[in-house]
Amino acid sequence: MASPTIPAGRTPLQLTAKDFKSDQEVRWCPGCGDYAILAAVQGFMPELGIARENIVFVSGIGCSSRFPYYMNTYGMHSIHGRAPAIATGLSSSRPDLSVWVVTGDGDALSIGGNHLIHALRRNVNLKILLFNNRIYGLTKGQYSPTSELGKITKSTPAGSADSPFNPLSLALGAEATFVARTIDSDRKHLQSVLRAAAEHKGSAFVEIYQNCNIFNDGAFELIKDPETRDDHLIRLEQGQPITFGSQGQFSVVHPAGGFGLQVRETAGLGDERPVVHDATVAEPAYAFALSRLSGSDLNTTPIGVFRAVERPSYDELLAKQLTDATAGSTGTPEQMLTDLLHSGDTWAIL
Amino acid sequence: MAEQSEVTSEIDTATKRVERLDRVVIRFAGDSGDGMQLTGDRFTSETAQLGNDISTLPNFPAEIRAPAGTLPGVSSFQVHFADYDILTPGDAPNVLVAMNPAALKANLSDLPAGADIIVNTDEFTKRNLAKVGYAVSPLDDGSLDGYAVHPVGLTSMTVGALAELNVPKKDAERAKNMFALGLLSWMYSRPYSSTLRFLERKFAKRPDLVAANIAAFRAGWNFGETTEDFSVRYEVKPARMVPGTYRNITGNAALALGLVAASVRSKLPLFLGAYPITPASDILHELSKHKRFGITTMQAEDEIAAVGAALGASYGGALGVTTTSGPGVALKGETISLAIALELPLVIVDVQRAGPSTGMPTKTEQADLNMALYGRHGEAPLAVIAPKSPSDCFHAALEAARIALTYRTPVILLSDNYVANGSEPWLLPDVAELPDLSVEFATEPNGEDGKFLPYLRDPETLARPWAVPGTAGLEHRIGGLEKADRTGDISYDPANHDFMVRTRAARIEAIEVPDVAVEDPDDNARVLVLGWGSTYGPIGAACRALRHRGLPIAQAHLRHLSPLPANLGTVLKSYDKVVIPEMNLGQLAHVIRARYLVDAVPFNQVSGLPFTAATLEHMLEDVVKNG
Repeated sequence: MASPTIPAGRTPLQLTAKDFKSDQEVRWCPGCGDYAILAAVQGFMPELGIARENIVFVSGIGCSSRFPYYMNTYGMHSIHGRAPAIATGLSSSRPDLSVWVVTGDGDALSIGGNHLIHALRRNVNLKILLFNNRIYGLTKGQYSPTSELGKITKSTPAGSADSPFNPLSLALGAEATFVARTIDSDRKHLQSVLRAAAEHKGSAFVEIYQNCNIFNDGAFELIKDPETRDDHLIRLEQGQPITFGSQGQFSVVHPAGGFGLQVRETAGLGDERPVVHDATVAEPAYAFALSRLSGSDLNTTPIGVFRAVERPSYDELLAKQLTDATAGSTGTPEQMLTDLLHSGDTWAIL
Repeated sequence: MAEQSEVTSEIDTATKRVERLDRVVIRFAGDSGDGMQLTGDRFTSETAQLGNDISTLPNFPAEIRAPAGTLPGVSSFQVHFADYDILTPGDAPNVLVAMNPAALKANLSDLPAGADIIVNTDEFTKRNLAKVGYAVSPLDDGSLDGYAVHPVGLTSMTVGALAELNVPKKDAERAKNMFALGLLSWMYSRPYSSTLRFLERKFAKRPDLVAANIAAFRAGWNFGETTEDFSVRYEVKPARMVPGTYRNITGNAALALGLVAASVRSKLPLFLGAYPITPASDILHELSKHKRFGITTMQAEDEIAAVGAALGASYGGALGVTTTSGPGVALKGETISLAIALELPLVIVDVQRAGPSTGMPTKTEQADLNMALYGRHGEAPLAVIAPKSPSDCFHAALEAARIALTYRTPVILLSDNYVANGSEPWLLPDVAELPDLSVEFATEPNGEDGKFLPYLRDPETLARPWAVPGTAGLEHRIGGLEKADRTGDISYDPANHDFMVRTRAARIEAIEVPDVAVEDPDDNARVLVLGWGSTYGPIGAACRALRHRGLPIAQAHLRHLSPLPANLGTVLKSYDKVVIPEMNLGQLAHVIRARYLVDAVPFNQVSGLPFTAATLEHMLEDVVKNG
């Protein structure tokens, strides 16, 4: 069957960040972390070498979900929680496109949780950017599925009784092939993670810690403040031992006989050695153990690429089925349709 | 009585007397595990080969295997065949095949006096009789004296016939449905070679079962030929039908093929997002077999994802379709509203079943009309159409696609369990004569200074351009927020919102639909019966019967429920009385009364079963005679 008629690309690929800015006025609150992420994405997009018309941003509902309006690409601002489902239909029927999903902690993990996990399990070729500010911003300050237990908000004056999700643990449990975390304020790191996500074939899940300066200001201050940052932020580098601290005084180790990973003082390691980071380990237990190092308190928070493994993507598998099915067929679609209608037990009335 | 049968002639042959009938209604009934649907389906196929007109009605419980031998576990398949064109599966069976006491008890009240009842006596055990509350076997207590009862040891005779084949006893017993089919095929002189071929295909991996089932079929046939109990064989001559090639088709299968045809005729890849739900799943099954047409079928994680993925595919330039039943449409509502705001093509198939909530998933109803017309937040109009018969589902699917693609709107296609699982002969269309559904994507900027205006409309259709991702120079953003006319930019301007709401309504009203036709052969009727969807058959049969008796009545049937045909008001006002039978509590009647100020009379049945022609004939006779 013919695919949609798309005129040959005309956009020259010498693009700059400016080419990715739409003519719409950006309307996030002054000081919102979303501005930094938007600038980082617009600044990084030209590197992809993909024409603007072949890029689509799909979002749900929430502050972050206004994102597509500000990108001079194709874009759809859809409905609450459903962006991964809509993007799945687009990506699997148009594998030629680079499809990005922009979502938030409420959008992706609360109302849209089902679609997120199923997109990840199918390994749909989507780049999913989850802006996690641990609060509902657009509805003015209720707790979210990533808010810490006991969070006091308008809807929980006595503190929330809900334990939060760890988004990366959730994504890994959903069989995600690419899982990473980064921070809105660290543009260089953010762009390096986006680059890795863009290069990944299949679903790439990126959690971006994002500050909501109106309803949850300073949520990530511990890992942003230069005074405290280095003692709490664990930068994962492929092939490098996992150590951190202002003096390199902490190491991540796999204790003999234990199940997960632990943070130890480097000085007291004895025979133990810091774990050497390898995001390509097939066994998801390693990345899962890494994801468990971080909790609501952010005390030991890894950022970087946790997991990047190869698995056939959903669109590839669907395309193969179509190719296999088409392989034996001859004749025009009209002839094939005539044959199909006349299949089975037929009889003629003269 | 509507569609009444009569014996038209008698022929003596060497062995048995052969009577010629003009029509017969047979109901096969048994336990859910007895293979009654398959048996009925094969009998239908044999009958189709003979050129009779046919209409079928399967009726089965929602439970896959209800407790054996109980009333809730009874599954039946009714087939009506005739030497003239018929419109319904028939009201009352002339023949009941009852595989156990439960099947007899559940169906007896539908039989007219004198009907043939073939019972499997092997299942009339004390225990089975007790399960359904028979203290004494009805075969012995005289309660069946008004019927022609044929007691047959179906199970034991089948097992006996297979004694030398060395098949496990359980498999031998299970072949009893083929014995019954063989017997009925003999009784009604059906050609059976297609059934033998079917059995060879079905059990290709178990040659022993092929042999067993064929042996059981032949044993049943030979039993009819030799036993004294069946002294008469029947013939029903081919119907006079429009020349051409036919096949027997269910509504769900026809609908699936209509969607394939829509893909071919629009030259767009078809994307189906669906979540399994009774009675719509068969459309997903059917379409998933036709990937060679470039069709993608996705079994989504839920109903919302199914419609979301379909809409995403439409956005990318595919023909996006989602298939479901009422509860699924309820879940899809928000996404359908988004599709209305985005003004993208989308086909939503609702194979209606009895509700609310889970209701009766395997029973029919027309009670989703209100939801289709109004079941969304905000002012959210869309197009709604309904097929009138199983084979009409093919053309309805094409029409839904035509409207969706031409007018860039979601279309709800309201099928129901009655047409979805019922079947009838289908005159296969010439593919070249199917409507051309080709569309043009936007390729060039349409505004001043080379700008692209995604909400600049075609002045005739009011459709906006379909600019698919991948088209250079037309990059744009769309979404659920209210957008400004022409530019599509986010807009909270009061006047703009008012304009856009009215425009979205106007563009649905602007959809061109054919005038509704009125059937009034003698042009002297004062009463009009108006229907929609699957009630076409029983209404039509009732009208024919009335006219046959000299009582004039006019029939009009709606395919398009939104927008309604332009001539409908004039039609309604030219009759003294308008009657609207529906399998709901008067949803179309409400629309008609509100919109046309016509004092239409609703006639409603919400039993999970289709109207019988007799019920409608009786009701309409009263209206025609007494006003």
